[in-house]
Amino acid sequence: MSEQSTAPTAAPVRSASGAPARKSWLSLDNRYIAPIFITCILVGGHLSFGMLESYQKTALAIVASIAADLVLGRIFSGKWPNVASAYITGISVGILVRSPAFWPYVLCSVISITSKYVLRVKGRHIWNPSNFGISALLFLAPETVATLSIQWGNYLLPMLVIWALGSVIIWRLRRFHITLIYVVSFTAFAFLRSCITGSPWQSEIAPLTGPMYQLFIFFMITDPKTTVRSKKGQCIVVFLVAFAEFLLRLNQVVYAPFYALFIVGPAAMLIEMWLDSRRAPAAGMGAGAGASAAHA
Amino acid sequence: MKQHRTARIIVSILFVGMLAAPLVIKWEAARRGGNGITKLDAQSALARHGFYFEEVSRAAGVNFVHQAPTLDPQLAPIMPQVASMGASVSIVDFDRDGWPDIYVTNSGEGSKNALYHNLHDGTFKDVAEEMGIADVNQAGTGVSMGAVWGDYDNDGYEDLLLIKWGQPELYHNDGGRGFTRVSEQVGLPPWVNANTALWFDYDGDGLLDFFIGGYYSEDVDLWHLKTTQIMPDSFEYAKNGGRKYLFHNLGNGKFEEVSAQTGINSRRWALASAAADLRGTGHPDLFIANDYGVSELYFNDGKHFHDVSAQTGVGFAPKSGMNAAFGDVLNDGRYGVYVSNISEDGVLIQGNNLWMPKEGTSGDGLQFENLARDLGVELGGWSFGAQFGDLNNDGTLDLYLTNGYVSQDRNRSYWYDFSKIAGGNSIIIIDAKNWPAMEGRSLSGYQQKRVWLNDGAGKFINVAQAVGVTDTYDGRAVALVDLWNRGVLDAVVANQKGPLLIYKNTVTPENKWIEFALEGTASNRSAIGAQVTLYWNGQQQKQEVSGGSGFAAQNDRRLHFGLGKDPHVEKAVIRWPSGKIQSIDHLGVNQILKIKEPA
Repeated sequence: MSEQSTAPTAAPVRSASGAPARKSWLSLDNRYIAPIFITCILVGGHLSFGMLESYQKTALAIVASIAADLVLGRIFSGKWPNVASAYITGISVGILVRSPAFWPYVLCSVISITSKYVLRVKGRHIWNPSNFGISALLFLAPETVATLSIQWGNYLLPMLVIWALGSVIIWRLRRFHITLIYVVSFTAFAFLRSCITGSPWQSEIAPLTGPMYQLFIFFMITDPKTTVRSKKGQCIVVFLVAFAEFLLRLNQVVYAPFYALFIVGPAAMLIEMWLDSRRAPAAGMGAGAGASAAHA
Repeated sequence: MKQHRTARIIVSILFVGMLAAPLVIKWEAARRGGNGITKLDAQSALARHGFYFEEVSRAAGVNFVHQAPTLDPQLAPIMPQVASMGASVSIVDFDRDGWPDIYVTNSGEGSKNALYHNLHDGTFKDVAEEMGIADVNQAGTGVSMGAVWGDYDNDGYEDLLLIKWGQPELYHNDGGRGFTRVSEQVGLPPWVNANTALWFDYDGDGLLDFFIGGYYSEDVDLWHLKTTQIMPDSFEYAKNGGRKYLFHNLGNGKFEEVSAQTGINSRRWALASAAADLRGTGHPDLFIANDYGVSELYFNDGKHFHDVSAQTGVGFAPKSGMNAAFGDVLNDGRYGVYVSNISEDGVLIQGNNLWMPKEGTSGDGLQFENLARDLGVELGGWSFGAQFGDLNNDGTLDLYLTNGYVSQDRNRSYWYDFSKIAGGNSIIIIDAKNWPAMEGRSLSGYQQKRVWLNDGAGKFINVAQAVGVTDTYDGRAVALVDLWNRGVLDAVVANQKGPLLIYKNTVTPENKWIEFALEGTASNRSAIGAQVTLYWNGQQQKQEVSGGSGFAAQNDRRLHFGLGKDPHVEKAVIRWPSGKIQSIDHLGVNQILKIKEPA
């Protein structure tokens, strides 16, 4: 989940005049916004509702993720990577994975991070790391692993606060359109599913009101490293994610959002690379240009 | 560059290895946990595990099949999961003939409960009708959910507390010849949607008090709904359940409801409760397993209950508590408590909890840690009732767990829809109208039961199928009892919309046993709360007479100790609820000791 902290596409914050904004607490380095936000969710969610499986398991996921990124980053790039991205992966695993065992937290984190370094095409990794790790474990170890599927307590307010804060932050990172398109698409498909299956529409909307989706829409689908570059393309891709999820849900797949992103995300990346390679000769530039910086 | 390529190859191999790791772990767990045996080979089971079960209900003359209620038509789309409880079993020797009898509840409107009188010859006869405690589910009064027995007036005969989704009832046992309804005199509330109750003497005055835990709110009549907003307002943090009741026994057949003034104010969705003296204070502490939320533990100082759920660690992670049973699992004189929850592959892995006292903590500083995974009793499907008992008389407590929620169409699951709604906000989940229709689908149905054998070295191994527990009904309540005074624990299992099962136990005669039938004098006559610590062959085990434990169940009040081979019993120390300590030396084995509290 989310290398947006190191996003090459995240533009610096500018003032209305177009000049770089004055440094202040509001213009915090983009790399640290997502980690701070997700940490706030973690701490707030746990202190108010005890949402973590345990402190130890979450800590284990974070440590494993950072350690794996440090080791692999050093091996492949020859320098120590910024661990903000790995921190988000670890913390996401720590929140989303639900297992009574300890090993899934370590394994999921390490698989997630390793996937960044192993599953690469033309220098770019094509799966969102934590999406890959969680999907892999849900598929391979269903008897031990589930994901967070609970509420933020009994109240609407915490949910609204997270939505508001998340929206502001994602707006600041210039990826709010992705979240918005997904939510609108999901809602439309929820009503369509309700018509098709006869289930109450409230039950079709229900997942969107849970924390798993808040993490999914703010951190996973907006990951700059594993989304296509053009804004239009991003909108199309996230709509297709919602559509794939719609199809999976019609087939009663419990973890439809994870699997939908698992399928659509890399496919979109590959198509973009293919289109790039077709354009590149005409433009007289290398196919991997621009993408080379996509992963440190 | 070459170095990078080599590194990438190595990391890629490790990556594939990591992806394969869960499969290896699964394979290894299956190899260690299961012995591959799926049906009973009696001689092999006796040789390997020291015991086996045979299901003998029909041969014993018991043909009871539980019926579920039909609630308000507005609940029809999800009726199977709402009307999914009510099968219960409790053990009582109602006529004091020295042979345990069985009381089972039914939940169909107009259906009848049964009291199976032990005829001492391996068979039972239903005498509930003639005793006046059969026809208790008439339309308009609600239906039975459970029953517990305790001698509230110390006349020597166990009285019946019946809980319902409806009017709770107290029946006085008239010398084993019949029962008289005394609910009005006692001042029982007109309507409680309860799934758990227990007898205990919380203030040590020698008179049994009782606790009732509400599930649905008491203002809900499930047959005549004013609103469909009756469901929990959260899957894990719900606090809109039924209130709790604590009835203090004033003597002379009078009770006073004191829950609020003693500090019990919860509105969580209680499904199970049990009481035991966890701190050696002489006062029973109260544990409540809640559905849709955290468990609750109340320390009892004899006058007030103090909510210590968070500080003791049992009230941290919300799950779906459905069972509460105490057991001295490690033979160290300290109780663990077993709470059952939900585990369904690929959807929800809550895992059951075995809360064990933390090393170095005791008294008011007592804390618990969940060791279910370490000890091997974590995954039991959609778990319901469970009880500790030494099933093979080897000297350690084993664990019998029943499970399975709604068994309908084997090939169609409701889990997808259940997980969808369970993740929703309170405004969605609280309304039954928003829940997708079940349409004949199963929800964790047809599950295999667990009989976990304690190896005495900190591990439990499931041997259910190997020892003959092969049913896949939707199990609810389990009670352990030496039905035929043979020195072995038989298991009686109540199944939702299924038959009452009697698993008759056969144990290798090499393993010895001893049982204690206690009777209080200064203490309550049922001796509920009395503790026996048995010392033999350099080890000890503590057990306590219970007024209700597990899920909707009550074990035999007699305490059964397995002793293993060639035991030398040093002594038994009995701590009576009155505070009196009695030590008995030089005990013979293979006997039922009847002990009256000394004056």
